[in-house]
Amino acid sequence: MSMTKMHIRVNVNGVEREGDVQARLLLVHFIREVLGLTGTHIGCDTSNCGACTVVLGGKAVKSCTLFAVQANGKKLLTVEGLAKEGKLHPIQEGFWEKHGLQCGFCTPGMIMAAYHLLQKNPNPTEEEIRRGISGNLCRCTGYVKIVESVQYAAEKMRVQEAQVAAR
Amino acid sequence: MIPPNFEYFAPNTLGDAVSLLERYGEDAKILAGGQSLIPLMKLRLASPRFIVDLNQIQGLEYVRESDSYLRIGALTRVTDLEASEMVRKKYPVIYDVAAHIADPLVRNMGTVGGNIAHGDPANDLPAVMLALNAEFIAISPTGERTIKAEEFFIDSFTTALKPSEVLTEARVAMPPARSGGAYLKLEKRVGDFAIAGVATQLTVDGRGVCERVGIGLTSAGPTPLKPKKAEESLRGKKPDDSAIKRTADLAADNANPRSDLRGPAEYKREMFRVLTIRALRNALSRVSGGS
Repeated sequence: MSMTKMHIRVNVNGVEREGDVQARLLLVHFIREVLGLTGTHIGCDTSNCGACTVVLGGKAVKSCTLFAVQANGKKLLTVEGLAKEGKLHPIQEGFWEKHGLQCGFCTPGMIMAAYHLLQKNPNPTEEEIRRGISGNLCRCTGYVKIVESVQYAAEKMRVQEAQVAAR
Repeated sequence: MIPPNFEYFAPNTLGDAVSLLERYGEDAKILAGGQSLIPLMKLRLASPRFIVDLNQIQGLEYVRESDSYLRIGALTRVTDLEASEMVRKKYPVIYDVAAHIADPLVRNMGTVGGNIAHGDPANDLPAVMLALNAEFIAISPTGERTIKAEEFFIDSFTTALKPSEVLTEARVAMPPARSGGAYLKLEKRVGDFAIAGVATQLTVDGRGVCERVGIGLTSAGPTPLKPKKAEESLRGKKPDDSAIKRTADLAADNANPRSDLRGPAEYKREMFRVLTIRALRNALSRVSGGS
């Protein structure tokens, strides 16, 4: 069988990155080990927990359940790509302000799932938030504070949108 | 966990895809959403030597009505079914199932074709396809053929598809007026496979008699199941409490669940009875315009 490596090119957090990968390399391993971006976590490695969630081609996906070759030519956003010019993204700020984490292991995945949710639905109800993060497990918080964090972020992002629109 | 190595192909056309499948036969596997295949590969329950990734092929992601059919392209992501207004309004049973397959992240990748063609009796879409009397279109090096949902599911993880065939479309005849459907899934936790799942689709005539009755069961045995005696018992009848109960009894009798970590067979059979009653009632309320 051919073990040749394949060359892939992925736009990661706005920067073109390239690498030679085996076809079987999982996207999460590419992100952590080839790109050195360790904000994306491996929790269960069995497609259950969502700690490895990233936004690929505009959609939140579990990076442990994709091959890196599937990201070839696509845009990838990881938790490292959210803060701009040293300023936290509103979702990150929300987790800070509302104490949306305790151990923090699930947080990058939660944030990326919330990011996609708020892109699709800028004004979600509590139930829609709970549904939106239902692929992400947290064993510390009981989710109450996470939901509040996402609500905080949604509000803040709406205000920012309105300010931009008013300019 | 690292999947076994394989050679990867990402053809741009269906023609190239089926040629590759013909060349490598049983050693090849199709990658659509990968949400079942990749976990199976990590566990070494599948070790295909060749992978044919369909995702570079254009024109397989669509949900549209044409020529009196609802047509769903095989690469349509489950999330896009869930988001379709048309599906929500006109095919509530499909909306129900789309909103309950795995979790939102898996639905963003997972495809309609993959959920069906994987042949897993615990996948949710097959039961809905059976209730709707869907047809599947498959393409092979020798051409295209149509397979009835009823004839598609042969055994666990075994379908009527040949190794060189690709499922390209699922289609459902547009339901007449006064139709409604529902899918109910009992799960231990979000994202899990069904303990039991029941799909129903009804058409009721002006006198309140069931003209068409479709039922499909998830996790009810080695294949997704169409309980025909149950369907038959309600056809031509008014769906009153006793008719619904009799239909549910027959569906539960037909189910052949196994005892496992999700519960004993006896419990699951009882759940099929209860869920069939509820799913028929939900379908009826939608016939008369409810949600």
